Amino acid sequence: MAEAASTRRRWTQRTVAPWLFLAPGLAMFTVYVLWPIVESVTLSFYDWNGLYDRDGNFTGRFVGMGNYRELMSDPAFTTSLWNNLKWLVLYMLALPAGLFIAIFLNQTVRGIRLYKSLFFFPFVISQVVVGLIFSWFYAPNFGLFYKLIESITGQGVAVLADPDLVTYGIIAAGLWPQIAYVMILYLTGLNNVAPDQIEAARLDGAKGWRMLWYVVLPQLRPATFIAVIVTVIGALRSFDLVSIMTNGGPFGSSRVLSYYMFEMALGEYGFRMGYGAAIAVVLFLIMMVFISGFIWKMWRDERER
Amino acid sequence: MVHKLTGAVTLGAALMLSTSAFAQDKRVVTWNADYDPIPLAAAEALIADFEAANPDIDVQMTNFDHEAYKNAIRNFLTANPPDLANWYAANRMRPFVEAGLFADISDVWEQNGLKDSLSSSVLSSTIDGKQYAIPYTYYQWGIYYNRDAYKAAGVEVPGPEGVTWDQFLANCEKFKAAGIDCVTTGSSALWPVAGIFDYISMRTNGYQFHSDLAAGKISWTSPEVAAVFDNFGKLQPYVTANHAAIDWQDAAALLVQGKAANYVMGNFAVGVFKEGGMTNDNLGFMVFPEITSGIPRAEEAPTDTIHLTSGAKNPEDAKKFLAYMASAEAQSKWNTAVGQLPTNKNATVPADDPFLVAGFEALSTATGGIAQFWDRDADAEYAKVGMEGFQQFLVQPDQREAILARLEQARLRLYPQ
Repeated sequence: MAEAASTRRRWTQRTVAPWLFLAPGLAMFTVYVLWPIVESVTLSFYDWNGLYDRDGNFTGRFVGMGNYRELMSDPAFTTSLWNNLKWLVLYMLALPAGLFIAIFLNQTVRGIRLYKSLFFFPFVISQVVVGLIFSWFYAPNFGLFYKLIESITGQGVAVLADPDLVTYGIIAAGLWPQIAYVMILYLTGLNNVAPDQIEAARLDGAKGWRMLWYVVLPQLRPATFIAVIVTVIGALRSFDLVSIMTNGGPFGSSRVLSYYMFEMALGEYGFRMGYGAAIAVVLFLIMMVFISGFIWKMWRDERER
Repeated sequence: MVHKLTGAVTLGAALMLSTSAFAQDKRVVTWNADYDPIPLAAAEALIADFEAANPDIDVQMTNFDHEAYKNAIRNFLTANPPDLANWYAANRMRPFVEAGLFADISDVWEQNGLKDSLSSSVLSSTIDGKQYAIPYTYYQWGIYYNRDAYKAAGVEVPGPEGVTWDQFLANCEKFKAAGIDCVTTGSSALWPVAGIFDYISMRTNGYQFHSDLAAGKISWTSPEVAAVFDNFGKLQPYVTANHAAIDWQDAAALLVQGKAANYVMGNFAVGVFKEGGMTNDNLGFMVFPEITSGIPRAEEAPTDTIHLTSGAKNPEDAKKFLAYMASAEAQSKWNTAVGQLPTNKNATVPADDPFLVAGFEALSTATGGIAQFWDRDADAEYAKVGMEGFQQFLVQPDQREAILARLEQARLRLYPQ
């Protein structure tokens, strides 16, 4: 009898304790993540300019799928979507570039710590500073890049004024810190590569590309996984560089979804909260594709263990 | 979704309560403003004068950062309305008027004869036949030019009456040959190109046409708009290349350095030109050239305004202060200190500032009408689409048809026929 009571108590302890430990996190997650998601989705069905009337009543008007219908025929939205795609694809260059630099720096020579810190430097400085540096770099008439092109071809190129080049110019600026980030992930990964396997492979005559591809890279899989995640998310949430370098211009050709959302909801000519929320929902759905993919993979890896 | 108040507003309320404790015997008028240091000092001087004349009223101003104010006003008008708030005339105040947040002050206009003394600003202060704003300052737009650049290119320096459109374009050809940008602008923030477009539109088809265009009443595929873009296209080759990548201040530097000759800008730029080393001797001002002869000349003069809020706790004394801000005396004092133009026609302008004198002259003789600027005359979203189109046309004139088609599409969406 006494034994039965104590098992029941232990059983309840075991069920309750995890929830107790989870509670603070869950509460935060609900208030700061789940609730805003629900609010945003609700808002995306309204036409609202962000104002309450004198008595504090909401002044929005329910429009159903109206905002989404408008998005379908909005050329600025199409441009933003394409630019996001360009970001996503080109940002992946950070992976091979970061890996290459990491392998290059993974050696023991005098002062290697200094070189590593120098390569890591762009990730440490703020994105705002990166944006400013690159906009001066590209600046017509006095920018280094402009002058360089001018001295080679005789005709300078103002990257940020050219609708066809501007997005690539901003992505290049974004890649600079992103490569550093990926590099540091791979550097820590390379520390964990088993020396005995390298040794064994070397005895078997592997070297160069084959060594990298068949021996080193498989051991770097956890690092690659994290690097892909941070790069995909970094590409999709690109906002600060666009805002600092071009404000989405010239004539909206460097907009990305997150910036367009900001412009529509909070920009000087915006205050269309519902339309901005609809863009945010679309961006959220695109991100969900990747995020659920990652979660699914992590869950599968956990179960295999 | 109802009753969302931000912490900042609550904090602001707490701060204002703490300041009001000092003046218990007086009736308090609260005023939220967004002044930079010089206008702020001028406004404080006005408050001091007003309080001296009305010892039983205490005007308490809360000054906001200029950019932050644009968001703050959307919160405080509902959450914690002051008696008075700064804003802008014409379409810019429409959302607040329609949400019932700005109060009708037609009685202030009526009792003080403002329709006469502020006659140039009646239209921009009126929505649906009622006045909602007290305009207390504006500034002219026009062409600022570098006399040294004119001399360097061997072009005759224009007089105060300006030049004809054909003469202006002929001058541009000479500047181009001399390697000088005839017209400069920096459009990374979009709005500077709207100044050029507004003038070409008003000079080609007149004020009423331009006003209707901004209101979405005119098709972008109409022959009148085609004529505007023909003229816009004549100017396009002479505008600074890469203007889309630079700020208006960067373009001001080009004018100061003599790399550009003319700049279609507002009078606030004079301070920047002078900081760059220009003086009244080599900086010139002229009105934008006449294009279609016989059209009454219209000018751009964006107006800053003060409004009575619907939630005002002391509307009676606030109206007294509004009447004071509309007076010639207060406007002369404030605008002299700030270097802008009073909207009251009986006010005085400092005679030693040639740009203010020229601007006052240009605006008081503008029989065509006073426009507020594209992004205040047009609805916010329409304004933005328009400005992107103007900028694109200046970069890619060959895309004209596509741009006009897109603008027309936006018009039909925003203003269903």
